[in-house]
Amino acid sequence: MIEISDTVASLKPSGIREFFDLVMGMDDVISLGVGEPDFATPWHIREAAIQSIEDGFTNYTSNKGMTELRNALSEHLDSEHNLNYDPEDEILITTGVSEGMDIAMRALLNPGDEVIIPTPCYVSYLPTAKMAGGKVKILNTAKNDFKIDHNQLEELISPRTKLLVLNYPSNPTGVTYGKQELDKIAELVRKHELIVISDEIYGHLTYNHEHYPFPTLESMREQTIFLNGYSKSCAMTGMRIAYAAAPPKIIAAMNKIHQYTMLCAPTTSQFAAVEATRHGADAIKEMKGEYERRRNLVHNRLNEMGLDCPLPEGAFYAFPSVKKTGFEPEDFCRKLLAEHSVAAVPGDAFGPGGETHIRISYATGFQKLREALSRMEEFVNEHSAHTAGSTG
Amino acid sequence: MDKLLELLEENGRLPVKELAAALEMSEEEIREKIQDYEKNGVIKGYRAVINRRNLPEPPDSVTGLIEVDIAPQPDTGFDEIAREIYDHPEVKACYLCSGDYDLLVRIEAENLNEIAEFVSRELAPLKNVHKTESHFMLKTYKEAGVNFEAPSQDRRLSISP
Repeated sequence: MIEISDTVASLKPSGIREFFDLVMGMDDVISLGVGEPDFATPWHIREAAIQSIEDGFTNYTSNKGMTELRNALSEHLDSEHNLNYDPEDEILITTGVSEGMDIAMRALLNPGDEVIIPTPCYVSYLPTAKMAGGKVKILNTAKNDFKIDHNQLEELISPRTKLLVLNYPSNPTGVTYGKQELDKIAELVRKHELIVISDEIYGHLTYNHEHYPFPTLESMREQTIFLNGYSKSCAMTGMRIAYAAAPPKIIAAMNKIHQYTMLCAPTTSQFAAVEATRHGADAIKEMKGEYERRRNLVHNRLNEMGLDCPLPEGAFYAFPSVKKTGFEPEDFCRKLLAEHSVAAVPGDAFGPGGETHIRISYATGFQKLREALSRMEEFVNEHSAHTAGSTG
Repeated sequence: MDKLLELLEENGRLPVKELAAALEMSEEEIREKIQDYEKNGVIKGYRAVINRRNLPEPPDSVTGLIEVDIAPQPDTGFDEIAREIYDHPEVKACYLCSGDYDLLVRIEAENLNEIAEFVSRELAPLKNVHKTESHFMLKTYKEAGVNFEAPSQDRRLSISP
Protein backbone atom coordinates (compact mmCIF):
# COMPACT_ATOMS: atom_id res chain seq x y z
CA MET A 1 0.00 0.00 0.00
CA ILE A 2 1.50 3.29 -1.10
CA GLU A 3 1.05 6.22 1.21
CA ILE A 4 2.00 9.69 0.09
CA SER A 5 3.48 12.06 2.67
CA ASP A 6 0.91 14.05 4.60
CA THR A 7 2.43 17.34 3.42
CA VAL A 8 2.21 16.46 -0.24
CA ALA A 9 -1.18 14.82 0.13
CA SER A 10 -2.51 18.04 1.63
CA LEU A 11 -1.34 20.19 -1.30
CA LYS A 12 -4.12 21.29 -3.60
CA PRO A 13 -3.57 20.44 -7.26
CA SER A 14 -2.96 23.53 -9.39
CA GLY A 15 -6.23 25.12 -10.59
CA ILE A 16 -4.55 25.68 -13.92
CA ARG A 17 -4.08 22.01 -14.67
CA GLU A 18 -7.81 21.44 -15.05
CA PHE A 19 -8.12 24.12 -17.71
CA PHE A 20 -5.12 22.78 -19.51
CA ASP A 21 -6.89 19.42 -19.81
CA LEU A 22 -10.04 21.12 -21.10
CA VAL A 23 -8.20 23.06 -23.80
CA MET A 24 -6.24 20.05 -25.00
CA GLY A 25 -8.08 18.40 -27.83
CA MET A 26 -9.99 21.54 -28.83
CA ASP A 27 -9.38 23.14 -32.21
CA ASP A 28 -9.14 26.81 -33.07
CA VAL A 29 -8.69 27.90 -29.48
CA ILE A 30 -7.08 31.28 -28.92
CA SER A 31 -5.38 30.94 -25.59
CA LEU A 32 -5.01 33.92 -23.32
CA GLY A 33 -3.91 31.52 -20.64
CA VAL A 34 -0.25 31.30 -21.49
CA GLY A 35 2.25 32.46 -18.90
CA GLU A 36 5.20 32.76 -21.25
CA PRO A 37 6.28 35.07 -24.07
CA ASP A 38 5.06 34.38 -27.61
CA PHE A 39 8.45 35.39 -28.99
CA ALA A 40 11.13 32.84 -29.77
CA THR A 41 14.41 33.10 -27.87
CA PRO A 42 16.53 35.65 -29.79
CA TRP A 43 18.67 33.78 -32.29
CA HIS A 44 22.06 34.93 -30.98
CA ILE A 45 21.15 33.44 -27.60
CA ARG A 46 20.08 30.12 -29.12
CA GLU A 47 23.26 30.13 -31.15
CA ALA A 48 25.39 30.51 -28.02
CA ALA A 49 23.66 27.44 -26.56
CA ILE A 50 24.19 25.44 -29.77
CA GLN A 51 27.81 26.48 -29.97
CA SER A 52 28.46 25.33 -26.40
CA ILE A 53 27.07 21.91 -27.25
CA GLU A 54 29.16 21.72 -30.42
CA ASP A 55 32.21 22.62 -28.37
CA GLY A 56 31.41 19.79 -26.02
CA PHE A 57 30.60 21.87 -22.94
CA THR A 58 28.10 19.40 -21.59
CA ASN A 59 29.61 18.72 -18.18
CA TYR A 60 28.63 19.87 -14.72
CA THR A 61 29.58 23.38 -13.79
CA SER A 62 30.41 24.46 -10.24
CA ASN A 63 27.38 24.34 -7.96
CA LYS A 64 27.08 28.11 -7.92
CA GLY A 65 27.16 28.29 -11.71
CA MET A 66 29.82 29.23 -14.26
CA THR A 67 32.21 31.96 -13.14
CA GLU A 68 31.75 33.69 -16.48
CA LEU A 69 27.99 33.90 -15.96
CA ARG A 70 28.24 35.10 -12.36
CA ASN A 71 30.77 37.74 -13.42
CA ALA A 72 28.55 38.88 -16.29
CA LEU A 73 25.57 39.10 -13.94
CA SER A 74 27.49 41.00 -11.30
CA GLU A 75 28.55 43.56 -13.93
CA HIS A 76 25.01 43.72 -15.31
CA LEU A 77 23.42 44.35 -11.90
CA ASP A 78 25.98 47.04 -11.23
CA SER A 79 25.54 48.87 -14.53
CA GLU A 80 21.75 48.47 -14.67
CA HIS A 81 20.77 49.11 -11.06
CA ASN A 82 23.93 50.18 -9.29
CA LEU A 83 23.67 46.98 -7.24
CA ASN A 84 26.92 45.42 -6.09
CA TYR A 85 26.94 41.68 -5.64
CA ASP A 86 30.18 39.73 -5.35
CA PRO A 87 30.13 37.04 -8.07
CA GLU A 88 32.08 34.75 -5.74
CA ASP A 89 29.69 34.42 -2.83
CA GLU A 90 26.61 36.55 -3.42
CA ILE A 91 25.20 35.12 -6.67
CA LEU A 92 23.78 31.66 -7.26
CA ILE A 93 22.64 30.38 -10.66
CA THR A 94 19.38 28.45 -10.27
CA THR A 95 17.16 26.28 -12.41
CA GLY A 96 14.43 28.89 -12.86
CA VAL A 97 13.14 31.32 -10.25
CA SER A 98 10.93 28.51 -8.98
CA GLU A 99 14.01 26.72 -7.68
CA GLY A 100 15.34 29.97 -6.23
CA MET A 101 12.07 30.50 -4.36
CA ASP A 102 12.06 26.93 -3.06
CA ILE A 103 15.62 26.85 -1.76
CA ALA A 104 15.39 30.38 -0.35
CA MET A 105 12.42 29.32 1.77
CA ARG A 106 13.99 26.05 2.78
CA ALA A 107 17.25 27.78 3.68
CA LEU A 108 15.55 30.22 6.04
CA LEU A 109 12.45 28.65 7.54
CA ASN A 110 12.21 26.66 10.73
CA PRO A 111 8.96 24.78 11.34
CA GLY A 112 6.30 27.26 12.37
CA ASP A 113 8.10 30.34 11.09
CA GLU A 114 5.64 32.65 9.44
CA VAL A 115 5.77 33.66 5.79
CA ILE A 116 3.64 36.56 4.60
CA ILE A 117 2.45 36.03 1.05
CA PRO A 118 0.40 38.70 -0.69
CA THR A 119 -2.30 37.15 -2.87
CA PRO A 120 -3.40 36.65 -5.62
CA CYS A 121 0.07 35.30 -6.37
CA TYR A 122 2.01 33.00 -8.62
CA VAL A 123 0.79 29.43 -8.15
CA SER A 124 3.96 28.05 -6.58
CA TYR A 125 4.38 30.37 -3.59
CA LEU A 126 1.82 28.88 -1.22
CA PRO A 127 2.71 25.20 -1.76
CA THR A 128 6.44 25.99 -1.72
CA ALA A 129 6.16 27.77 1.63
CA LYS A 130 4.14 24.91 2.99
CA MET A 131 6.63 22.29 1.80
CA ALA A 132 9.41 24.27 3.43
CA GLY A 133 7.58 23.97 6.76
CA GLY A 134 6.49 27.59 6.88
CA LYS A 135 3.26 28.86 8.27
CA VAL A 136 1.60 30.89 5.54
CA LYS A 137 0.01 34.23 6.41
CA ILE A 138 -2.11 35.42 3.53
CA LEU A 139 -2.18 39.11 2.73
CA ASN A 140 -5.26 39.41 0.54
CA THR A 141 -4.74 42.50 -1.62
CA ALA A 142 -8.12 42.41 -3.40
CA LYS A 143 -9.55 45.33 -1.40
CA ASN A 144 -6.60 47.57 -2.19
CA ASP A 145 -6.56 47.22 -5.99
CA PHE A 146 -4.22 44.23 -5.59
CA LYS A 147 -1.51 46.34 -3.98
CA ILE A 148 0.01 45.68 -0.57
CA ASP A 149 -1.52 47.99 1.99
CA HIS A 150 1.20 48.65 4.54
CA ASN A 151 -1.21 48.92 7.48
CA GLN A 152 -2.64 45.55 6.56
CA LEU A 153 0.90 44.23 6.27
CA GLU A 154 1.92 45.52 9.68
CA GLU A 155 -1.13 43.91 11.29
CA LEU A 156 -0.03 40.52 9.93
CA ILE A 157 3.50 40.78 11.28
CA SER A 158 4.07 38.81 14.49
CA PRO A 159 7.23 37.93 16.44
CA ARG A 160 7.34 34.70 14.43
CA THR A 161 7.23 36.39 11.05
CA LYS A 162 10.41 35.68 9.18
CA LEU A 163 9.77 36.14 5.49
CA LEU A 164 7.82 38.44 3.21
CA VAL A 165 7.40 37.32 -0.39
CA LEU A 166 7.17 40.04 -3.01
CA ASN A 167 6.51 39.72 -6.72
CA TYR A 168 6.37 42.86 -8.80
CA PRO A 169 5.33 43.34 -11.52
CA SER A 170 2.91 40.65 -10.47
CA ASN A 171 1.73 37.48 -12.11
CA PRO A 172 -1.34 37.34 -12.23
CA THR A 173 -2.43 40.94 -11.58
CA GLY A 174 0.06 43.05 -13.58
CA VAL A 175 0.38 45.33 -10.54
CA THR A 176 3.71 46.92 -9.71
CA TYR A 177 5.00 49.55 -7.29
CA GLY A 178 6.56 52.98 -7.45
CA LYS A 179 9.49 54.06 -5.31
CA GLN A 180 7.43 55.61 -2.51
CA GLU A 181 5.18 52.59 -2.13
CA LEU A 182 8.23 50.34 -1.92
CA ASP A 183 9.87 52.62 0.64
CA LYS A 184 6.86 52.15 2.90
CA ILE A 185 7.14 48.38 2.65
CA ALA A 186 10.91 48.58 3.24
CA GLU A 187 10.31 50.62 6.39
CA LEU A 188 8.29 47.76 7.89
CA VAL A 189 10.84 45.20 6.76
CA ARG A 190 13.54 47.19 8.56
CA LYS A 191 11.47 47.78 11.67
CA HIS A 192 10.49 44.14 12.10
CA GLU A 193 13.78 42.66 10.82
CA LEU A 194 12.13 40.57 8.14
CA ILE A 195 13.76 38.99 5.14
CA VAL A 196 12.21 39.65 1.74
CA ILE A 197 12.21 37.16 -1.08
CA SER A 198 11.65 39.39 -4.08
CA ASP A 199 10.68 37.67 -7.32
CA GLU A 200 11.29 40.29 -9.98
CA ILE A 201 11.21 38.07 -13.06
CA TYR A 202 8.98 40.65 -14.83
CA GLY A 203 11.08 43.63 -13.73
CA HIS A 204 12.05 44.62 -17.27
CA LEU A 205 8.35 44.80 -18.20
CA THR A 206 7.29 47.90 -16.25
CA TYR A 207 5.48 50.36 -18.46
CA ASN A 208 4.68 53.62 -16.76
CA HIS A 209 7.69 54.19 -14.56
CA GLU A 210 11.06 52.72 -13.80
CA HIS A 211 11.39 49.41 -12.02
CA TYR A 212 13.01 49.62 -8.58
CA PRO A 213 14.57 46.34 -7.47
CA PHE A 214 13.93 45.79 -3.77
CA PRO A 215 17.61 45.56 -2.79
CA THR A 216 18.19 49.06 -4.20
CA LEU A 217 16.04 50.53 -1.42
CA GLU A 218 17.78 51.90 1.63
CA SER A 219 19.53 49.11 3.59
CA MET A 220 17.37 46.46 1.90
CA ARG A 221 20.27 44.78 0.15
CA GLU A 222 21.17 43.09 3.45
CA GLN A 223 17.61 41.83 4.01
CA THR A 224 16.65 40.74 0.52
CA ILE A 225 16.94 37.63 -1.60
CA PHE A 226 16.66 39.03 -5.10
CA LEU A 227 15.35 36.49 -7.61
CA ASN A 228 15.44 37.08 -11.31
CA GLY A 229 16.04 35.22 -14.53
CA TYR A 230 15.83 35.03 -18.28
CA SER A 231 12.53 33.25 -18.89
CA LYS A 232 10.41 36.33 -19.50
CA SER A 233 12.96 38.95 -20.52
CA CYS A 234 14.66 36.83 -23.18
CA ALA A 235 11.83 34.37 -23.84
CA MET A 236 13.83 31.43 -22.48
CA THR A 237 11.23 29.70 -20.29
CA GLY A 238 12.16 26.17 -21.33
CA MET A 239 15.84 26.74 -20.64
CA ARG A 240 15.08 26.91 -16.92
CA ILE A 241 17.75 29.42 -15.99
CA ALA A 242 17.68 32.12 -13.36
CA TYR A 243 19.66 33.47 -10.43
CA ALA A 244 19.51 34.55 -6.81
CA ALA A 245 21.49 37.45 -5.39
CA ALA A 246 21.72 37.85 -1.63
CA PRO A 247 24.19 38.33 1.25
CA PRO A 248 26.86 35.56 1.49
CA LYS A 249 25.36 33.78 4.48
CA ILE A 250 22.06 33.24 2.65
CA ILE A 251 23.64 32.27 -0.65
CA ALA A 252 25.85 29.73 1.14
CA ALA A 253 22.79 28.19 2.80
CA MET A 254 20.84 28.10 -0.46
CA ASN A 255 23.81 26.58 -2.24
CA LYS A 256 23.90 23.77 0.31
CA ILE A 257 20.41 22.68 -0.77
CA HIS A 258 21.07 23.44 -4.42
CA GLN A 259 24.17 21.21 -4.52
CA TYR A 260 22.17 18.20 -3.32
CA THR A 261 18.95 18.70 -5.25
CA MET A 262 20.13 20.29 -8.49
CA LEU A 263 23.94 20.02 -8.42
CA CYS A 264 24.08 22.84 -10.97
CA ALA A 265 21.78 24.62 -13.40
CA PRO A 266 21.82 23.13 -16.94
CA THR A 267 25.16 23.95 -18.54
CA THR A 268 23.75 24.66 -22.00
CA SER A 269 21.33 27.15 -20.50
CA GLN A 270 24.13 28.83 -18.59
CA PHE A 271 25.97 29.47 -21.86
CA ALA A 272 22.79 30.93 -23.32
CA ALA A 273 22.44 33.11 -20.22
CA VAL A 274 25.95 34.53 -20.60
CA GLU A 275 25.01 35.70 -24.09
CA ALA A 276 21.64 37.01 -22.90
CA THR A 277 23.24 38.96 -20.05
CA ARG A 278 25.85 40.55 -22.27
CA HIS A 279 23.86 41.20 -25.45
CA GLY A 280 20.16 40.73 -24.71
CA ALA A 281 19.21 44.36 -24.10
CA ASP A 282 18.01 45.24 -27.62
CA ALA A 283 15.72 42.24 -27.91
CA ILE A 284 14.25 43.03 -24.50
CA LYS A 285 13.48 46.60 -25.53
CA GLU A 286 11.77 45.51 -28.72
CA MET A 287 9.58 42.95 -26.96
CA LYS A 288 8.62 45.48 -24.31
CA GLY A 289 7.33 47.95 -26.93
CA GLU A 290 5.19 45.23 -28.44
CA TYR A 291 3.74 44.17 -25.07
CA GLU A 292 2.95 47.76 -24.20
CA ARG A 293 0.78 48.28 -27.30
CA ARG A 294 -1.07 45.05 -26.60
CA ARG A 295 -1.57 46.03 -22.97
CA ASN A 296 -3.15 49.30 -24.02
CA LEU A 297 -5.49 47.54 -26.43
CA VAL A 298 -6.49 44.86 -23.93
CA HIS A 299 -7.11 47.39 -21.16
CA ASN A 300 -9.24 49.56 -23.43
CA ARG A 301 -11.31 46.73 -24.88
CA LEU A 302 -11.93 44.93 -21.58
CA ASN A 303 -13.28 48.06 -19.93
CA GLU A 304 -15.34 48.82 -22.99
CA MET A 305 -17.04 45.45 -22.86
CA GLY A 306 -17.81 46.02 -19.20
CA LEU A 307 -15.10 43.92 -17.56
CA ASP A 308 -13.55 46.33 -15.07
CA CYS A 309 -9.81 46.30 -15.36
CA PRO A 310 -7.33 48.82 -14.02
CA LEU A 311 -4.41 49.61 -16.32
CA PRO A 312 -1.83 46.86 -15.78
CA GLU A 313 1.49 48.53 -15.01
CA GLY A 314 3.76 45.60 -15.69
CA ALA A 315 4.27 41.97 -16.79
CA PHE A 316 1.97 40.72 -19.58
CA TYR A 317 -1.22 40.08 -17.65
CA ALA A 318 -4.51 41.86 -17.19
CA PHE A 319 -6.73 40.84 -14.28
CA PRO A 320 -10.25 42.04 -15.03
CA SER A 321 -13.27 41.49 -12.83
CA VAL A 322 -16.07 39.37 -14.28
CA LYS A 323 -18.42 40.25 -11.42
CA LYS A 324 -20.74 42.29 -13.63
CA THR A 325 -21.43 39.28 -15.83
CA GLY A 326 -22.88 37.45 -12.84
CA PHE A 327 -20.61 34.47 -13.49
CA GLU A 328 -18.12 32.95 -11.11
CA PRO A 329 -14.72 33.18 -12.80
CA GLU A 330 -14.57 29.43 -13.30
CA ASP A 331 -17.98 29.35 -15.04
CA PHE A 332 -17.02 32.38 -17.06
CA CYS A 333 -13.85 30.69 -18.29
CA ARG A 334 -15.53 27.34 -18.97
CA LYS A 335 -18.36 28.92 -20.96
CA LEU A 336 -16.06 31.29 -22.81
CA LEU A 337 -13.94 28.33 -23.83
CA ALA A 338 -16.90 26.12 -24.79
CA GLU A 339 -18.86 28.79 -26.66
CA HIS A 340 -16.15 30.98 -28.21
CA SER A 341 -12.94 28.96 -27.99
CA VAL A 342 -11.05 31.53 -25.97
CA ALA A 343 -9.07 30.28 -22.99
CA ALA A 344 -8.37 32.33 -19.88
CA VAL A 345 -7.54 31.33 -16.32
CA PRO A 346 -9.98 31.81 -13.39
CA GLY A 347 -8.54 34.20 -10.83
CA ASP A 348 -9.07 31.90 -7.86
CA ALA A 349 -6.30 29.64 -9.22
CA PHE A 350 -3.96 32.29 -7.80
CA GLY A 351 -5.16 32.15 -4.22
CA PRO A 352 -7.44 34.33 -2.08
CA GLY A 353 -8.46 37.62 -3.66
CA GLY A 354 -8.99 36.36 -7.18
CA GLU A 355 -12.53 35.08 -6.62
CA THR A 356 -14.22 37.49 -9.00
CA HIS A 357 -11.44 37.92 -11.54
CA ILE A 358 -9.83 36.16 -14.47
CA ARG A 359 -6.27 36.32 -15.73
CA ILE A 360 -5.73 37.37 -19.33
CA SER A 361 -2.26 36.94 -20.75
CA TYR A 362 -1.47 39.26 -23.64
CA ALA A 363 1.58 37.30 -24.71
CA THR A 364 -0.23 36.67 -28.01
CA GLY A 365 0.16 38.37 -31.40
CA PHE A 366 -1.72 41.65 -31.88
CA GLN A 367 -4.15 40.33 -34.52
CA LYS A 368 -4.94 37.18 -32.57
CA LEU A 369 -5.46 39.23 -29.46
CA ARG A 370 -7.99 41.41 -31.32
CA GLU A 371 -9.85 38.33 -32.46
CA ALA A 372 -9.91 36.92 -28.93
CA LEU A 373 -11.18 40.22 -27.52
CA SER A 374 -13.93 40.38 -30.15
CA ARG A 375 -15.02 36.88 -29.21
CA MET A 376 -15.00 37.84 -25.53
CA GLU A 377 -17.11 40.90 -26.23
CA GLU A 378 -19.63 38.81 -28.12
CA PHE A 379 -19.71 36.38 -25.22
CA VAL A 380 -20.26 39.11 -22.64
CA ASN A 381 -23.03 40.66 -24.75
CA GLU A 382 -24.77 37.34 -25.26
CA HIS A 383 -24.84 36.77 -21.54
CA SER A 384 -25.83 40.25 -20.49
CA ALA A 385 -29.36 38.91 -20.02
CA HIS A 386 -27.87 36.53 -17.49
CA THR A 387 -26.44 39.53 -15.65
CA ALA A 388 -29.75 41.35 -15.53
CA GLY A 389 -31.40 38.25 -14.12
CA SER A 390 -28.84 37.44 -11.48
CA THR A 391 -28.20 40.86 -10.03
CA GLY A 392 -31.88 41.87 -9.75
CA MET B 1 9.39 53.70 -38.26
CA ASP B 2 6.29 55.14 -36.62
CA LYS B 3 4.42 52.39 -34.77
CA LEU B 4 1.21 53.59 -36.40
CA LEU B 5 2.65 52.73 -39.80
CA GLU B 6 3.88 49.36 -38.56
CA LEU B 7 0.40 48.48 -37.35
CA LEU B 8 -1.26 49.70 -40.56
CA GLU B 9 1.25 47.85 -42.70
CA GLU B 10 0.28 44.67 -40.90
CA ASN B 11 -3.44 45.40 -41.13
CA GLY B 12 -4.70 48.40 -43.07
CA ARG B 13 -8.22 47.97 -41.73
CA LEU B 14 -7.47 48.41 -38.02
CA PRO B 15 -10.22 50.63 -36.61
CA VAL B 16 -9.09 54.11 -35.56
CA LYS B 17 -10.49 53.38 -32.11
CA GLU B 18 -8.15 50.42 -31.59
CA LEU B 19 -5.15 52.24 -33.02
CA ALA B 20 -5.83 55.08 -30.60
CA ALA B 21 -6.03 52.65 -27.67
CA ALA B 22 -2.90 50.73 -28.57
CA LEU B 23 -0.79 53.84 -29.18
CA GLU B 24 -2.22 55.90 -26.31
CA MET B 25 -3.37 58.70 -28.61
CA SER B 26 -6.75 60.28 -29.27
CA GLU B 27 -8.81 59.12 -32.22
CA GLU B 28 -8.54 62.62 -33.63
CA GLU B 29 -4.73 62.50 -33.50
CA ILE B 30 -4.72 59.13 -35.26
CA ARG B 31 -7.04 60.41 -37.99
CA GLU B 32 -4.88 63.47 -38.54
CA LYS B 33 -1.68 61.46 -38.69
CA ILE B 34 -3.15 59.03 -41.21
CA GLN B 35 -4.40 61.91 -43.34
CA ASP B 36 -0.94 63.49 -43.29
CA TYR B 37 0.67 60.22 -44.31
CA GLU B 38 -1.81 59.86 -47.15
CA LYS B 39 -1.27 63.45 -48.28
CA ASN B 40 2.51 63.20 -48.15
CA GLY B 41 2.54 60.00 -50.15
CA VAL B 42 3.81 57.87 -47.27
CA ILE B 43 0.68 55.74 -47.32
CA LYS B 44 0.17 54.95 -51.01
CA GLY B 45 -2.98 52.88 -50.73
CA TYR B 46 -4.86 50.08 -49.03
CA ARG B 47 -5.23 46.73 -50.79
CA ALA B 48 -6.59 43.30 -50.11
CA VAL B 49 -4.04 40.47 -50.07
CA ILE B 50 -5.66 37.77 -52.20
CA ASN B 51 -4.73 34.14 -52.28
CA ARG B 52 -6.13 33.08 -55.65
CA ARG B 53 -5.48 29.42 -55.00
CA ASN B 54 -8.20 29.50 -52.34
CA LEU B 55 -10.89 30.61 -54.80
CA PRO B 56 -13.48 27.91 -55.57
CA GLU B 57 -12.21 27.97 -59.14
CA PRO B 58 -8.61 29.17 -59.05
CA PRO B 59 -7.81 31.11 -62.24
CA ASP B 60 -4.96 29.95 -64.48
CA SER B 61 -3.13 33.24 -64.09
CA VAL B 62 0.65 33.24 -64.31
CA THR B 63 3.11 35.48 -62.57
CA GLY B 64 6.47 36.10 -64.22
CA LEU B 65 9.56 37.69 -62.73
CA ILE B 66 11.67 39.16 -65.52
CA GLU B 67 15.24 40.25 -65.00
CA VAL B 68 16.08 43.04 -67.42
CA ASP B 69 19.59 44.13 -68.29
CA ILE B 70 19.59 47.70 -69.62
CA ALA B 71 22.03 50.41 -70.66
CA PRO B 72 21.61 53.52 -68.52
CA GLN B 73 21.17 56.81 -70.35
CA PRO B 74 23.42 59.88 -69.91
CA ASP B 75 20.87 62.19 -68.22
CA THR B 76 18.10 60.01 -66.95
CA GLY B 77 20.03 56.89 -65.93
CA PHE B 78 17.64 53.98 -65.57
CA ASP B 79 14.56 56.03 -64.76
CA GLU B 80 13.21 56.73 -68.25
CA ILE B 81 13.62 53.20 -69.48
CA ALA B 82 12.09 51.88 -66.28
CA ARG B 83 9.09 54.15 -66.83
CA GLU B 84 8.58 52.82 -70.35
CA ILE B 85 8.40 49.39 -68.79
CA TYR B 86 6.37 49.96 -65.64
CA ASP B 87 3.74 52.06 -67.41
CA HIS B 88 2.39 48.85 -68.93
CA PRO B 89 -0.61 47.77 -66.83
CA GLU B 90 0.56 44.14 -66.85
CA VAL B 91 3.56 45.19 -64.80
CA LYS B 92 2.60 44.88 -61.14
CA ALA B 93 5.99 45.71 -59.65
CA CYS B 94 9.29 47.04 -60.93
CA TYR B 95 12.52 47.43 -58.96
CA LEU B 96 15.99 48.72 -59.78
CA CYS B 97 18.47 46.22 -58.34
CA SER B 98 22.16 45.81 -57.76
CA GLY B 99 23.77 42.66 -59.16
CA ASP B 100 23.80 40.86 -62.50
CA TYR B 101 20.78 42.65 -63.93
CA ASP B 102 19.24 46.08 -63.47
CA LEU B 103 15.48 45.82 -63.32
CA LEU B 104 13.31 43.17 -61.76
CA VAL B 105 9.82 43.29 -63.24
CA ARG B 106 6.81 41.38 -61.99
CA ILE B 107 4.16 40.64 -64.56
CA GLU B 108 0.78 39.07 -64.07
CA ALA B 109 -0.95 37.52 -67.09
CA GLU B 110 -3.65 35.03 -68.02
CA ASN B 111 -1.22 32.44 -69.30
CA LEU B 112 2.39 31.74 -70.23
CA ASN B 113 1.83 32.84 -73.76
CA GLU B 114 0.83 36.34 -72.74
CA ILE B 115 4.02 36.75 -70.76
CA ALA B 116 6.11 35.44 -73.65
CA GLU B 117 4.35 37.92 -75.94
CA PHE B 118 4.90 40.78 -73.52
CA VAL B 119 8.59 40.04 -73.24
CA SER B 120 9.18 39.53 -76.95
CA ARG B 121 6.99 42.41 -78.17
CA GLU B 122 7.21 45.06 -75.45
CA LEU B 123 10.37 44.44 -73.46
CA ALA B 124 13.12 42.88 -75.53
CA PRO B 125 12.77 45.24 -78.53
CA LEU B 126 13.32 48.39 -76.42
CA LYS B 127 16.45 49.92 -77.72
CA ASN B 128 18.40 50.02 -74.46
CA VAL B 129 17.40 46.59 -73.25
CA HIS B 130 20.34 44.20 -73.69
CA LYS B 131 18.96 41.05 -72.26
CA THR B 132 16.01 39.59 -70.39
CA GLU B 133 15.65 36.46 -68.33
CA SER B 134 12.21 35.20 -67.34
CA HIS B 135 11.22 33.18 -64.28
CA PHE B 136 7.76 31.81 -63.64
CA MET B 137 6.40 31.62 -60.14
CA LEU B 138 5.18 28.16 -59.20
CA LYS B 139 3.77 28.71 -55.75
CA THR B 140 3.26 31.60 -53.36
CA TYR B 141 4.21 30.79 -49.80
CA LYS B 142 4.03 34.32 -48.50
CA GLU B 143 2.85 37.61 -49.97
CA ALA B 144 2.98 41.11 -48.48
CA GLY B 145 3.97 39.65 -45.13
CA VAL B 146 1.01 37.27 -45.11
CA ASN B 147 1.62 33.55 -44.79
CA PHE B 148 -0.38 31.67 -47.47
CA GLU B 149 0.40 28.27 -45.99
CA ALA B 150 -0.97 26.83 -42.73
CA PRO B 151 0.18 28.99 -39.81
CA SER B 152 3.21 27.79 -37.91
CA GLN B 153 2.42 25.81 -34.80
CA ASP B 154 2.49 27.65 -31.48
CA ARG B 155 4.75 25.35 -29.50
CA ARG B 156 3.74 26.71 -26.13
CA LEU B 157 1.45 24.87 -23.74
CA SER B 158 -1.99 26.39 -24.20
CA ILE B 159 -2.34 27.06 -20.47
CA SER B 160 0.61 27.64 -18.18
CA PRO B 161 1.10 29.36 -14.84
